[in-house]
Formats: sequence, C-alpha cells, structure tokens
Amino acid sequence: MSDLTKATMAEARDLLQGGKVSARELTEAHVAAVEAARPLNAFITETPEIALKMADASDARRARGETKGALDGLPLAIKDLFCTEGVLTTAGSHILAGFKPPYESTVTRNLWEAGAVMLGKTNMDEFAMGSSNMTSHYGKVENPWRRQGDNRALVPGGSSGGSAAAVAARCALGATGTDTGGSIRQPAAFSGIVGMKPTYGRCSRWGIVAFASSLDQAGPLTRKVRDAAIMLGGMAGHDAKDSTSVDRPVPDYEAALTGDIRGLKVGVPKEYRIDGMPAEIDGLWQQGIDWLTAAGAEAVEVSLPHTKYALPAYYIVAPAEASSNLARYDGVRYGLRVPADSLDEMYEATRGEGFGAEVKRRVLIGTYVLSAGYYDAYYNKARRVRSLIARDFAEAYEKVDVLLTPTAPSAAFAIGEKMDDPIAMYLNDVFTVPASLAGLPGISVPAGMSAEGLPLGLQLLGRAFDEETLLRAAGVLEEAAGFTALPQFLAGEPS
Amino acid sequence: MTVIEGESGPWELVIGLEVHAQVISETKLFSGAATAFGAAPNSQVSLVDAAMPGMLPVLNEVAVEQAVKTGLGLNAEINLTLVFERKNYFYADLPQGYQISQYLHPIVGAGKVTLDLEDGTTREVGIERLHLEQDAAKLLHDQHPTQSYVDLNRAGVILMEIVSKPDMRSAEEAGAYLRKLRSILRYLGSCDGNMDQGSMRADVNLSIRRPGDPLGTRTETKNVNSIRFVQQAIEAEARRQIELLEEGGTVVQETRLFDPNRGETRSMRSKEEAHDYRYFPDPDLLPLKLDPAWVAEIEAGLPELPDAKKARFMSDHGLSAYDAGVLVAELETANFYEAVVAGKRDPKQAANWMTGSFFGALNRSSLPLAEAPVQAAALGELIDLVSDGTISGRTARDVFEAMWESGKSAAAIVEEKGLKQISDSGALEAVVDAIIAANPEQVAQLQGGNQKVIGWFVGQVMKETKGQANPGMVNKILKEKIG
Repeated sequence: MSDLTKATMAEARDLLQGGKVSARELTEAHVAAVEAARPLNAFITETPEIALKMADASDARRARGETKGALDGLPLAIKDLFCTEGVLTTAGSHILAGFKPPYESTVTRNLWEAGAVMLGKTNMDEFAMGSSNMTSHYGKVENPWRRQGDNRALVPGGSSGGSAAAVAARCALGATGTDTGGSIRQPAAFSGIVGMKPTYGRCSRWGIVAFASSLDQAGPLTRKVRDAAIMLGGMAGHDAKDSTSVDRPVPDYEAALTGDIRGLKVGVPKEYRIDGMPAEIDGLWQQGIDWLTAAGAEAVEVSLPHTKYALPAYYIVAPAEASSNLARYDGVRYGLRVPADSLDEMYEATRGEGFGAEVKRRVLIGTYVLSAGYYDAYYNKARRVRSLIARDFAEAYEKVDVLLTPTAPSAAFAIGEKMDDPIAMYLNDVFTVPASLAGLPGISVPAGMSAEGLPLGLQLLGRAFDEETLLRAAGVLEEAAGFTALPQFLAGEPS
Repeated sequence: MTVIEGESGPWELVIGLEVHAQVISETKLFSGAATAFGAAPNSQVSLVDAAMPGMLPVLNEVAVEQAVKTGLGLNAEINLTLVFERKNYFYADLPQGYQISQYLHPIVGAGKVTLDLEDGTTREVGIERLHLEQDAAKLLHDQHPTQSYVDLNRAGVILMEIVSKPDMRSAEEAGAYLRKLRSILRYLGSCDGNMDQGSMRADVNLSIRRPGDPLGTRTETKNVNSIRFVQQAIEAEARRQIELLEEGGTVVQETRLFDPNRGETRSMRSKEEAHDYRYFPDPDLLPLKLDPAWVAEIEAGLPELPDAKKARFMSDHGLSAYDAGVLVAELETANFYEAVVAGKRDPKQAANWMTGSFFGALNRSSLPLAEAPVQAAALGELIDLVSDGTISGRTARDVFEAMWESGKSAAAIVEEKGLKQISDSGALEAVVDAIIAANPEQVAQLQGGNQKVIGWFVGQVMKETKGQANPGMVNKILKEKIG
C-alpha cells in the first residue's frame, strides 16, 4: 500500500491542490492497488486507460491554473449499476452480458464534470438484490477484513459490496453505491467505512439500472465522513430527466462539518432494540449515545411504532417494483438473448438463463403481490404501512433532529453463511429499511470492533434534505469513536 | 330503438366503443422523440422509448393539455389529480415490458357526445372516461421469412383512450358516434382523426339481448381501423351472436379480431387467457395535481365546437338541422361555408350551393376541400351574380360547372360566353310581342282561362333569347300583355 492510497479523499485533494502530487501519480497508485486487490474480486471491469486519461486531463487543467472543484483528479470506483458510456455495465447480471451503454448516468456525469477519475466498475449483488454480494453473476466479493484467528473469507455486505471492499482495501478514495433498503449503509458497516444514503430525490436516478424505483438512491462510500460530504456534493443535484429528483440547491456539505452538536436532539428509537441483538452491538449503540451526549447533544428516547412492519412491507414494495422494472430484460434489444423457436420461449430461455436465483425469487414475489386477488392484501397494505412508517418518522422529527441506531444486527458473516435462508439474509436490513421506505437520509459510521475483531457501524438518520445536520452529527460520532483499525487485506501489502 | 328480427324474436344490440386517438404533439408522451407519420423505421426513437436500462419517463405537458382540452370538448369532468400506472405484460412491441397508462385516476371522467343521425334527429352517447397512455411499437412480419422486425417509432406516442358508455344500439349509431368524435377532436386540434394512418382506432364492445332484458355477455373486437370496418364488424359480430344464441349456444366473453376481407370476426383470446396486467402506480412518475385556474384557462380558449356551431347556423342563419349538421361535420367545411356567406350573403343560398353543386363536384373530383378549383370567394361572387339578376339560377349552375372546369371567375365566364341575363324591358317586350303575334291560337287558349299556357310562352321567350331572358320580367310582361 502506497502512502497515496492511505490518504483520505480530503487529504488527497489537499495534496493535489498544494501541487504536492499529480493526479497521474495519485491515479497510478490506485490503478496498481486495484490490480493488487484482484483476489477480493471487487471489480467487474477495471478501466486503467480511462483513469489515466482523466488524470492527465486533470493535471493539464491544473497546469493551466484551472480546476473543476473539490473532486478534480480524485480516483473513484463506480458501482456497476451506474451506466457508463462505452464501458461495460452489468448490474452484476448475466442478462446484461456485453452491454455497453451509449450514455452516461447523471450521477457519474456529475462526478466526471467535477473532475473525478474512474478506476473501474465494482462488483455487486445482481440488480442490487442482496446483502452479501453473493448473488453477483461475476462471483462473490471478499471482505478485506478477517475474524481474529479465523482465516475464512467474509462477505463485504451488499449490494454495494464491491464498492465497500474497494474503499476499505484502499483501492479507491471513494466509490459510488446505491441504497434501496440498506445497500450502501450495511456494506459500509461490514467493511469499516462510511456509507451514506441521501434523501430520496437528492441524486438523480437517470442512468442507474433500476431495482425499486421508489426506493433506489445513489450515495457515497468513503473512509471518512468529510470524504462523504465532499463526494455527495459532486453527485447530488436536480435532474430534469428524473421526475422524482428534487429541485433544490446543493449545499456545501463539507462546510456543515463544524464539529459542534451542542443542543442537538438525538432520538433513540426504542423499537430498534430487537430480540436477539448481540450484546456488543447494543453496547456500541449505548456508547454512541454517550459520545454524542458528551459532545453536548441531548439523547431522547422516541418511538417508531410501525418499525416491525417495515421489513415485510419493504419485501413487498421492492419486489413489486422490481418485477416490473426487470421486464425490459427480454432479449429483444440488448444484453443476453437465448434464441428459441417462439417469442415466449425466447423470453423464458433468456430470462431463465440470464437471471440468478435471488432475482428470480424477487420477480416471482413481486409478480405475486401485484396479481389480481392478492393486490390489496399485499401491495396495497404494504403501501399503507409505508405511509405509517413515514408518519412515525415525521412525528419523531418533531422532537429530535437525528436518530441514532445500529446499522446492522451483526458484523460481517462468512461466505456461505445464511445462504440457505433468504429470510435470515433479509434481516440484515432490519435497521436500514425503515428510513428507505420513508425516503430519509442515513449514514453509517464505523464506530467500534466486535469481539471477533470485525468493524461495527452505527447509523444516523436525518430529516428529509437535511444531510448537513446528519453529516455534522456523523463527524462528531466519527471523531469520538476514533476508529483507526485496518483490515487484514490492504491493496499491495502482504496480508 | 333498432331491433333485429331473429327467427325466435327481436334482438337489441348494445354497443360501446373504446377509441384510441393519437394526440397531436411534436414529441412522445414520456420522451423527446419525434412523432411524424411515415418516417424510416426506428428513426424516431429515444433511449427511453427503447427502454434502455436506467432510462426514466418525463411527462410531456402537451399531452395533459390536449387531454384536458378534449375532455372539456366532450362535456366531461376533468380530474385534477392524475396518476400514471404501469400495465404489465410481455410482448415484442412493448419494450419496457409495461405500458404507462392510467387506471384508477384517469385525467377525464364522465362526459357526453351528441350524435347527428341521418334523419336529422340527435341522440346522446355517454363518455365513461378518457385516459392517456403510451402507444406500442409496430411489428413488421413481412421483412424476413422466419423473423419479425420491430419498429419503435410508434412506441411511446401519446394516445387518448376514449371509452364510451354502452349507449349505442346499431352500426349506424356507432358510425355516427365515430364521425362526431372525430369531428370534435379535429375542431379541438387534439387528434387529426386520420384512421388510414392509424391515428384513430376503435375496439368494439358488443352484446345482444331481448329488448328490455338485462345486458348480455359482451365480446371485444380489437383494433378496427375505419368507420366502415367498425360498422361491418358490428354487423358481423351481431349476426354471429344472434345465430349462436338462436341455436341454443352461449356467447363467451373474449377478445376477437375483425377480418375485413372475409367480413367476419374471429376469436383472439378467451377470458381465461386474458392477461393479469398487475396495474400499479408508476414509481418513476409522481402524481400530478392540475391547477383549476389552468383548466379554466384552457376552457376559455376552446374553439366553437360542432354542436354550438350547428345551433348557431340554425338560429342565426335559418338553416335546417340537416344542412347545419352537414356543414359543421368538418371544421374546414364550416369555415368554407362561413367564408361564402362572408357576413353579407343569404346563408340559405350559400348552404344550398354548398350541399348541392359544390359537394357534388367535390365528390366527383375526389379533391380535398382546400384544393377545390372553386374557393369560397369565387362561389360567393357567383351567388352575387344571381342575387343581382345578372344571371338566372339555371344559368348559374352551368357557370359553376364552367368555373370548376376552368378555374375562372363567374364574371369572366358570364362575360366570355355572353350569358348575361336580358333584363332590358324594351328588348324583352319586342320578343314577347313577336311571339304573341306569331301564335294566336295559344293566346286564345290563355285568354280562355288555360293558365298553363303561360309556361309555354315563357319557354318560347327563353328559346328565342337562348335562355338569357330574366324569367321574372318575362312573366311580368306576358301577364301585362295577355294575362
């Protein structure tokens, strides 16, 4: 691991701005790290030529005395759910075999326009459906962390598992992720990094392969809260091409990191104390409350009474939308086509071969809950639950400014664990899903270690479009936690 | 009420129509791609239309405005909250795997259309709803021996689905409904109504029953693309259902297709094979709230529609219901007629010319109105020549035909052919005197009380003057001299 890959995004930016290092040097170090980290299988596609070209362009700009802003010259990894012009985009699925979009997603376009450098496309659960990165057609991703005294490979979480592993292993200064029910926050927690899901509507969904349209939201995975603030500023913004994107100015998120949370009211939702939660996670949660109150915040117990219905409602709404969103992968226009004698047989053969088991399971669930005769019992009821959950949050935010919860009910688990029980897998999202259903922003901050030596995250949730308060509180939590542990696997270092 | 006499007694037809009308708009419902008819295959396709991964629909506001305008034109309720929903099914002409349509919250609710029937009477047909939806792509089956090609130009084009209540009772009424609907859409400029280009297509819902009985089981005959075919499909399907029931069978609820070559409908899919469309609100599009002030603004800007125009032609112009109905059926005909009247000529004269010689010549020539060799101003001038006595009505018809042939003005033809009416009383008296002198026998008959002979004298004068004598004056002079 070179010193350049150890740097945080903010540090690397300062080095570039101070002329201490060139974008090319910074990028070359990261390109080498991406190569060195291949055992993790964090990338589906590496784009070193594109990276170096973008880095050279950044250096040329800087030589002319120009810069495109905070992200100019910073190497990033892109989740393979974002369409990138001329670069293979797979969504982790066989059904998009060979698909090179003739267009660039708005979020990645925003990043390139801010001068960022693309290292490659990261591995992910197929169509972002999963919490382990085990459902990718391109194979599992290994978490760079190991349990103490146990060399079994662990999952990085999911669905943004490749992005989380790449950032944790020091292959990239930051990575884009998408979060539908926890797909940024849970892998961030499993990998000992920061992951933020902004408010629904804050980042454009245009050009992001859709999973569940009413829930999908792009966000950053970084090693520091400050880096998340910098990167979100480069991703966010209104987009007329996405009718659900919100037209409001993008604030200077980094400026929100004042470190001052005196008087901030931090809600602690009692319903998040679920049965069977490991004591160390409960303990870390209490520790987090103490850290924030020590910094001048006030902890308030609040109630989110419909929390227990969130997971079942999510596993109706998200598959329902997915069953429709994935109908376009039919072998007619792009991606995989398995020829057959009739149109219907071609559909069956293509989708049968192109989709993995988890995607098929969710398409079937989604189709079922939308069918005549079941619609009211499932889909409509789930929508009503969703409004109740949003109301719970709205009522809580009348009393408090942010909420503090654990990010996930466990640390990273081993590859192969929980694989035979989809419900146990779905439980990973128990703390992240409610805010997704309500469209609210959340951030996971590495806050401590499990007894087995694995990172644990705490989650802060905020009001809609109040990412600034959320980042400020997260910065204080990060500072207090002082998380400095390094994973066993670091790109370019013997492990 | 029209009833059909079957072998076992009378049957009544119950007909409802679902009309798909393509909205006039430069771009599609949710994409910026163009919509011109007849473009090269796949030349008017955006990434959204091709359902590329990650593409999102953005509503074209023109569609909403056109639908609101149409709803107002159909005397219908405008729903201020509209929701787009996905109708899910797989087919090669549907790139997204779903059609974005409206289901629970259509933009337009109940309304009504007044039909003008052949006998001059009117009849109301209720409108159930109007909603916006995307058109599908076109499949080309004749380009390759074993494969079908897909042309996405039409995919995503804006359609209004206009659903009538089951208020029609005969093929004639269905035809009158379609003609009236097309007329209203054309007046509004929301659909060009060109059925031969597929801009308007109809699904026919039809059931039969004994008069007074509850509704029978209906069939839906899909995608009939001309008014004539709709009427033929109704007759064929009604015949089929009557035969079926009279033979003791039952009508099965199903979707059928009309084969115009064989003049019959045939089964496409039964109720059991019907799709479960799994409608749900499209999460890519937020519910839209319309501002009542905006709707009021559209309403204030509506043009005069056929019914209002017809009423005005009857009350202000004194036209018959039939003539007024004929003249308002197409906006350009009504405009032509009003240009002939031009606020100064006798409307009845103008209407008679339009519905008589003019339409006759137009039909014979198969020209569109705009290309008629005799335009409104020229026809007006011809009428003026009759009114001021320059030519007789009889001569005027010949002049009209000459105008149609040559494109020359009425005045020029009258001049050229020397058709000017003789209204000089001295000259006419001389002719009359000569004829009286030459025909004492007929003079005696007339004086003996046989008034019919006066016609014979007029004829003689006309013959002598090559038809140019002013008939009114001839009559007057004759009466003075021998009456």
